Amino acid sequence: MAWIELEHLSHCYQAGTEQEHRALDDVSLAVEEGAFVAVLGANGSGKSTLAKHLNALLLPTSGVCRINGLDTAAAADTGELWKIRQQVGMVFQNPDNQLIAAVVEDDVAFGPENLGMPPDEIRTAVREALACVNMTHYRKFAPHLLSGGQKQRVAIAGALAMKTRCLVLDEPTAMLDPQGRAEVMETVCRLHEQQGITIVLITHFMEEAALADRVIVMADGRVADDGTPREIFRKAAALKAFGLDVPLATELGLELRASGLDVPQDILTDDELTSALVTLADYPHGLTAATREGRG
Amino acid sequence: MSITLKHVAYVYMPGTPFEHQALGDISAVIEEGSLTAIAGHTGSGKSTLLQQFNGLLQPTAGRVLVDDVDINPKAKKDRAAARAMRLKVGMVFQYAEQQLFEETIEKDIAFGPKSLGLSEEETAERVKEAMRLMHLDYETYRKRSPLALSGGQMRRVAIAGVLALRPKYLVLDEPVAGLDPRGREELVKTIRHLHDREHVTIILVSHNMDDIARLADHVLIMNQGRLVCDASPREAFAQENLLEGAGLKLPHVMALMKELRAKGLPVRMDCLTIEEAKREILNVLKAVKGKGGKKHAQ
Repeated sequence: MAWIELEHLSHCYQAGTEQEHRALDDVSLAVEEGAFVAVLGANGSGKSTLAKHLNALLLPTSGVCRINGLDTAAAADTGELWKIRQQVGMVFQNPDNQLIAAVVEDDVAFGPENLGMPPDEIRTAVREALACVNMTHYRKFAPHLLSGGQKQRVAIAGALAMKTRCLVLDEPTAMLDPQGRAEVMETVCRLHEQQGITIVLITHFMEEAALADRVIVMADGRVADDGTPREIFRKAAALKAFGLDVPLATELGLELRASGLDVPQDILTDDELTSALVTLADYPHGLTAATREGRG
Repeated sequence: MSITLKHVAYVYMPGTPFEHQALGDISAVIEEGSLTAIAGHTGSGKSTLLQQFNGLLQPTAGRVLVDDVDINPKAKKDRAAARAMRLKVGMVFQYAEQQLFEETIEKDIAFGPKSLGLSEEETAERVKEAMRLMHLDYETYRKRSPLALSGGQMRRVAIAGVLALRPKYLVLDEPVAGLDPRGREELVKTIRHLHDREHVTIILVSHNMDDIARLADHVLIMNQGRLVCDASPREAFAQENLLEGAGLKLPHVMALMKELRAKGLPVRMDCLTIEEAKREILNVLKAVKGKGGKKHAQ
């Protein structure tokens, strides 16, 4: 059984009114524990609606959403939503909309307090969570004095303090400057690698999506494509038709390929592209010849 | 004609324990017709600088001239002229779509011209023009609610609201931040069109060096309240130490070319667009090939 399971999930906003809008349309997905999934999609493709189902901020209009075996709709009926929200932490786009306390460590303690954790456990949880996101130094700061990247890391710590197993991040870097973006992405990758936390990252930055193990492309409320970053980004034309893009190295690689250079089709990173080009310079008859020579 | 800053300094909350010098001795000229980018790390003073351009903040020291008129005059008799000049500078803030409030797009864009006391006809004409400039079809959109649009379209409506004031200088603070890739691409094209075809002078603030590289013809880089670079993008981005000191990065294309050079392919680094990079790589590889391969040439 997968950790996140969506079965024929549909969601209608304002169902039964004139403004009825089907944001998710028969989505079925399974995400294993410990995965790092990036979700891409143009505005209005349904990706935020999808994210909000994962910690039961929204419940399916039809179909099923199960988190670690718990059906979100059933949990809402039996008053067990906290069991889901404790396991799935959400981080939203605007860092100013999700910090509530006057001091960083109080903010991080908010979740565990609500779970009824004993005070000394809360203290330990808060300390560990802040250490995980490299914010220990700022524990006594007022959140409004922090940079955007720091605020997002505090928001992540708030989820970690609840011993979350999964982080759902809805465009966490959209409002940040380059340094803030790098800090947040570095934190997300580290939590995934070192603690095995399941990551669902919604993003408009293709370079961030390239860091994931799996990319899901949403369009018109449906899953339009699903695969490894390498499989997804080689389909540059299809992605652009969905209003998306490919990483810069991929795009330049494809352009060079179209001009007759023998570079691989599925380049993801700068390093891969530059290495391929240097190899081409070493072996001017083409990479295919180079590989043959290498193997020979 | 130009926006000219002469030794502008700005101090927040002077005389209090929170006193903070946000700008120190800035002198610069933003020429009419240019597409100027202001780059800087968060807290570098770029937003404070921006607000000097139309008198939202008044300098603690120094002068701001718009088309040779001081917009913060001492004498009462000069105030009317100063106000007229301030109106020539249109300001679009970050996440401007958060300021949309009217029931229809048409009404929202008309708010500015109406507040100026323009006639119904003049207002209607300006709304039409502003929508055309922002590539929003008048008949399709005018009766729709601005709040029911996509992020990119909402941002267009917000910019149209400022364009309806017919500014000569348009200041855009992070105009493409937070948009999806298509919204970003389309808005970049519209901004370019506004500058190239409609001859609006554009000043844009961004921390995205890629956007600056492909759009701007003039770059001002701020660091800790000081202007540390005033040059063309190519010249500005050639000074990597200066960029790094200001907490900025090279445009991605240039970083890639730099990596390629470090790995031994003798490419020029100062490519600002994918197209330029592609041509340079093809040329260099052709030259290398002519010599029978890099290894053999060495």
